[in-house]
Amino acid sequence: MTRPRTLYEKIWDAHVVEQRPDGTALIFIDRHLVHEVTSPQAFAGLRASGRTVRRPDLTLAVPDHNLPTTARLDANGNKLPIADPESAAQLAALEKNAPEFGIRYIDAVAPEQGIVHVVGPEQGFSLPGTTIVCGDSHTACHGGIGALAFGIGTSEVEHVLATQTLLLQPARTMEVRVEGEVGPGISAKDIILHITGTIGAAGGTGHVIEYTGSAIRSLSIEGRLTVSNMAIEGGARAGLIAPDEVTFAYLKGRPYAPKGADWDAAVAYWKSLATDPGATYDKVVVIDAADIAPSVTWGTSPEDVVPITGVVPDPASFADPSKQTAAAKSLAYMGLEPGTRMQDVPIENIFIGSCTNSRIEDMRAAAAVIKGRKKADNVKWAIVVPGSGLVKAQAEAEGLDRIFTDAGLEWREPGCSACLAMNPDKVPAGERCASTSNRNFVGRQGPGSRTHLVSPAMAAAAAVTGKLTDVRELMA
Amino acid sequence: MTPLGEVDGRAIPFGLKNVDTDVIIPAHWLKGTTREGMGRGAFEAIRKDPDNIFDSAEFKGAPILIAGDNFGCGSSREHAAWALGDLGIRVVIAPSYSDIFSGNAVKNGILPVVLPQAAIDRLMEVAQTDPVHVDLENQTVTTMFQDRFTFEIDPFRKMCLLEGLDEISITEKSDAAIGDYEKKLAQDRPWLQPSL
Repeated sequence: MTRPRTLYEKIWDAHVVEQRPDGTALIFIDRHLVHEVTSPQAFAGLRASGRTVRRPDLTLAVPDHNLPTTARLDANGNKLPIADPESAAQLAALEKNAPEFGIRYIDAVAPEQGIVHVVGPEQGFSLPGTTIVCGDSHTACHGGIGALAFGIGTSEVEHVLATQTLLLQPARTMEVRVEGEVGPGISAKDIILHITGTIGAAGGTGHVIEYTGSAIRSLSIEGRLTVSNMAIEGGARAGLIAPDEVTFAYLKGRPYAPKGADWDAAVAYWKSLATDPGATYDKVVVIDAADIAPSVTWGTSPEDVVPITGVVPDPASFADPSKQTAAAKSLAYMGLEPGTRMQDVPIENIFIGSCTNSRIEDMRAAAAVIKGRKKADNVKWAIVVPGSGLVKAQAEAEGLDRIFTDAGLEWREPGCSACLAMNPDKVPAGERCASTSNRNFVGRQGPGSRTHLVSPAMAAAAAVTGKLTDVRELMA
Repeated sequence: MTPLGEVDGRAIPFGLKNVDTDVIIPAHWLKGTTREGMGRGAFEAIRKDPDNIFDSAEFKGAPILIAGDNFGCGSSREHAAWALGDLGIRVVIAPSYSDIFSGNAVKNGILPVVLPQAAIDRLMEVAQTDPVHVDLENQTVTTMFQDRFTFEIDPFRKMCLLEGLDEISITEKSDAAIGDYEKKLAQDRPWLQPSL
């Protein structure tokens, strides 16, 4: 009998092209997603060395980071120019590089354009049991459908383009088991914020985290993608959630997904991937779902999480002296005093979007809170950015866009938007943003911006009250 | 890639933990299409202060950076490694790194040395006034005060750094093995071929 293996070990073993004596392995990459920011230098490298793309058929390019989220076409259907010359040049480089190297390319104005991590699963390009890479750390997202997916640097992008492989050391395994049921108003985002607060920003370093337990199993695919997306915020390069009937139902019929007999063979294979009984992980963390409240960050590391019912912590309350220093710096940057109730923190900006929370379920959750209410007067800027053109179309078909715009929120075109301050959507210095994105780093949403990470429902609640708010109070 | 053997020089006693790649190089510096010139954007927010350590007479151009836990966390941007390299940094010494950053560093000829916090504390003290010596071949960090710390490094990464090797040309030697794997894959899991 073979040794019981985890989901991670099964995917790893199935992708070893060559085992090296030094412990590294040459791993085959099934899917490579490419966007405009981390690829130009890789294509230039290929060109300089006279190399080609080994498997253009396994590569998909889509622009997302730099694209403005305002209208992209004029009244006559012509493409509007990108005002920022550097963004325009980077977008133009991808538009040129993709066809030159024979890569599938989704244009900025194509109906299926969107954030690369929304597009992959939505198109059925990302599949369970596959290895997926992209020059973006939130590639961990695709673990939500059971793919071993991780972010890579530009040298590795070039390596994958040239060889369809990567030289890797096997990761250690970590199980984060969330048992039980979360209460009303508590979403996948609250689960992953709570996990990140519990394990810390480096808690998963060197590991691939498999999320298990009844609270994870009962999540939709959208929710699972949200959880796995932020595996990187806990230091893990990848997250994984075992594929099941929910996964198969989500993927069936998607454009790039297997069809007919291929579909049946694929499902049979995917069913064999679940972690075997008796398999062990290098590290196990167990979380009781009942302990998870709507969560919010107070500092500048994604581990700085408290329940919305909590207060800004006193730096002296941390045992680790370096965390005390970091917390004091964070509070100075965030303009917060220890002991302040999180629910008393006023909010001037709202961002609902990003690869963490821009899928249809996120749009519905935010709209359910907003419906029949108005944006608070002190909220200066509130944008809702669907993750793809298909999410946008679906939301519009359900009338969600009207709910947002009637309340005074802006409804935008798909892209990375205010998650990372690379395009015109930025949070002004010194102002706060209740954001459904994944990082609250110093300057992440613009120089001097102050980010509070929350779920879509919580961001919507903040939009209508003008301060961080326990969404459960609006649901009563 | 420039081979890296021994590095001797001043070490910037930076010391902070959870230094993310947005701090090392903010996103607006990521809009270029080349690898050059990133040093100008390195630690931009910190360097707005005219008295910052990176531009001080003593530490400007120092080849070693000492940092705290989880250095390089966050984004996968290789621009962080390019920015450090462009600042003249060849070695980072920290208790731990994000996985993606340490890989990116090695691919750009930057050695990520892992040492326990106690060793970091001592080196932070020495670095205030005196140089630090890093020897990759012997895997040691030493000072003129007889401090001697040994560090572990993956043998493949060590070889790449010592010889300045380009990973793609190493992998291309396995071209036949990749071809065999692809053939087997087409038989075993034909459904992996995208259906469009």
